[in-house]
Amino acid sequence: MVTSVTNLGRSGAYDWMVQRVSAVVLALYTAFMVGVLVFTPDLTYEVWSALFAKTWMRIFSLAALVALGAHAWIGLWTITTDYMKNGVVRFVAQAACGTIMFVYFIWGVQILWGL
Amino acid sequence: MAIIECEAVNSKRPVNLDLTKFHFPLPAITSILHRISGVIIFIAIAFLLWGLDASLASKESFASLQSVMDSFLAKLILWGILAALFYHFVAGIKHLIMDAGFGETLKGGQIAAKVVIAVSVVLILLAGVWIW
Repeated sequence: MVTSVTNLGRSGAYDWMVQRVSAVVLALYTAFMVGVLVFTPDLTYEVWSALFAKTWMRIFSLAALVALGAHAWIGLWTITTDYMKNGVVRFVAQAACGTIMFVYFIWGVQILWGL
Repeated sequence: MAIIECEAVNSKRPVNLDLTKFHFPLPAITSILHRISGVIIFIAIAFLLWGLDASLASKESFASLQSVMDSFLAKLILWGILAALFYHFVAGIKHLIMDAGFGETLKGGQIAAKVVIAVSVVLILLAGVWIW
């Protein structure tokens, strides 16, 4: 059996499940954020920063960030393995995706916890 | 025998694989749009994190973000991001529903693809109304 070394969970079934669990987390976060923005027409800095100062909101945001990392990796891995037949090109593209995702994660943590 | 079969297969068929001459069924189009919108969202995260950073860093940066968002170009970019996000959201929900065992037929797939297009068009138009 040939096992892939670049997919997230080393197993298609595991990736399949991670993709769906992370999708639910991201969908809940998206719906929540859209709800906040739509139902707070005159959003002030005070209200907005107070929301993100709450621990549950930081945890929710961090969960979304972790879910985004897994979700984007699996999705971009699937796309790059489907369309990039040249191993070197694919490796470079996947490395770029991984690097960008890592930067996003660190950046997001920095915004949420303000290092 | 092999030659006859080969000629029969090849008769009146295009020898090129010109993608513009293919007719894609709607579920194929919604599937590729799901992938394209996913890539757009991945790139858009940079803009969204930048906006989140500006909105939370200070009262001044919050105000400057608000003035940036008054420009037509910024609104257009935001609409594009929300369009990709809402489409990906709706197409993803369709996946979860089908994973749960609903509509796993050819007919079901075709109806689901139409619903995905219809619902996301409505959401994208509403997003445009909300932005402007």
